[in-house]
Amino acid sequence: MNHLSPEIRARALEIVALYPDARSALVPLCHLAQEQDGWLRPEAMEEIAQIVGVTPAEVRGTASFYDMIHLEPVGKYVISICTNIACLLRGGEDLLNHAQSSLGIGVGATTSDGMVTLEEAECLADCGRAPCVQVNHRYVGSQTPESFDSLVEKLRTGELSDSIPPHGTLIRVRRNVGSR
Amino acid sequence: MAITEAPKIVTSRMGYEDSHTIERYLATGGYEALRKAVKMTPEAVAAEVDAASLLGRGGAGFPAGRKWSMLRKAQTTYLVVNGDESEPATFKDHLLVERDPHQLVEGVLIAAYALQVTKVFIYLRGEFALGLERVQQALNDAYDKGAAGSDIFHSGYSVDVVVHPGAGAYICGEETALLESLEGKRGFPRIKPPFFPAAIGLYGEPTVVNNVETMSNLPWIINNGGAAFAALGAGRSTGTRLFALSGRVKNPGVYELEMVKTTFRDLIYAPVLGGGILDGNDLKAFIPGGVSAPWFGPEHLDLPLGQDEVGEAGSMLGSGSIVVMDSSTCAVRAALRITKFFARESCGQCTPCREGSGWLKRVLNRIESGEGREEDLDLLLDVCDNIAPGLTWPPQQTTICVLGPSIPSSIHSAILMFRDEFLHHVKDGACPYA
Repeated sequence: MNHLSPEIRARALEIVALYPDARSALVPLCHLAQEQDGWLRPEAMEEIAQIVGVTPAEVRGTASFYDMIHLEPVGKYVISICTNIACLLRGGEDLLNHAQSSLGIGVGATTSDGMVTLEEAECLADCGRAPCVQVNHRYVGSQTPESFDSLVEKLRTGELSDSIPPHGTLIRVRRNVGSR
Repeated sequence: MAITEAPKIVTSRMGYEDSHTIERYLATGGYEALRKAVKMTPEAVAAEVDAASLLGRGGAGFPAGRKWSMLRKAQTTYLVVNGDESEPATFKDHLLVERDPHQLVEGVLIAAYALQVTKVFIYLRGEFALGLERVQQALNDAYDKGAAGSDIFHSGYSVDVVVHPGAGAYICGEETALLESLEGKRGFPRIKPPFFPAAIGLYGEPTVVNNVETMSNLPWIINNGGAAFAALGAGRSTGTRLFALSGRVKNPGVYELEMVKTTFRDLIYAPVLGGGILDGNDLKAFIPGGVSAPWFGPEHLDLPLGQDEVGEAGSMLGSGSIVVMDSSTCAVRAALRITKFFARESCGQCTPCREGSGWLKRVLNRIESGEGREEDLDLLLDVCDNIAPGLTWPPQQTTICVLGPSIPSSIHSAILMFRDEFLHHVKDGACPYA
């Protein structure tokens, strides 16, 4: 019994075919698993291991190196607030402090309703709009404490569900030219 | 010095709302350069790029043409495009990837043809969710128009281009770490030599790794000739370059400027560029090329934006990102935040970097929170010296990659320029800016 859905598994096999060595698909497949589950479940690690030809421990060992791959459950929306130098100079730390008190959680934690996980991010390459914020790795532009609260409210009511899809950075990426 | 009338080489479409679409790209001369290139010999294409004297735009500034000529022919070879932009305060490739993905794709195809590779990987940082979509869409369109895939533009040349997502790791911008990551492993930089992946690269095969901005220059170079590109700028710094301006300026953003002809003062203060310092404050210091670079003070404002000019003044133009600090900025806090970044992103292979970054962070944190001692300044410099012996510029290296020797830059600069401020923290038992 596969853990990955038939649709996700089919896309996984298409991705594997793009590389001379199947192991290259390990990280992209972790993104696909997160698309399905929100985080990298042990069952998904086992299936990815089997698909790319390594052990589940190698999948975990590799995945744990990368910030975007979650080894524990996260909320429906992961909010990343950058506090690196360009954002520090434009109120990034103040925004992160505000987010913690407004959401009532610390950095790395998830709200009790399972809606939001808060992350302190390193530079997200949007320094012209500092302090920089991403939700599920979609840029939402510079935020003030007030606009941040309204952003969270919109996430909770589902108002942004079109512009901010669920997890998985490849969720809207489709290669339609086959493997050549 | 002034802002010149140099053409916009990589940002010509940024004024269009639909700059990322195939329709806009074709309507503005898109894929003409590739059509021209595939009618030339691969050597002639490479010769144009050589004539342009295009320096790599990733950070190290190595001549792109020379990188290409190192590739051993008649072997399986790969072209890998480095779009893992993550040097703090660098956000120029983000713009190119999201707003002009076809220009990037066309540049990549031109390079692939010149190198005669049949497989290309574009490695984009995983946080570029929209960028990944747009580059893949651009590739889908390019295949559809016969510009990529089999027998491109009926030239007999075929190439496949794959977009590969990273997953959040600064170190993967280091090219050998990027190759490890692309092989499905942790992003651990490889031991040198070989110094260039042209010898042993992806899957052990000869590989060229080029930056997104470097690739995005190629359509213009092929359309207008390498000589026209080389006529812009001065000395070794030819053409235009993207400068990402951030921090305490009125108009942060990405600006395309002719190399060497413009100064840091122009960039920071010109009304059409940075527009000056926020709140009418005074400039305190600026970082000229990403957080790995030593800081400059107001006395360096009239330096031109050129690779050698900045190098000779004791820092680097690096990734082309300029961070402005003003009179409201605490130098200790700035150095602490940069060091915290390096401590988090150290891959952990080499002791001086892994342990040193953590200790430096703790000592800086102690000073910033008012619990520091005067001897902590010497302690900081001593730990820095263990990572980059002699604290020279360019730095000596005790580690596999340059992340380690990048750590001391901000700390050494902050202590050299603002020693009194550190001592204030110690004497007052608090941050004077808090």
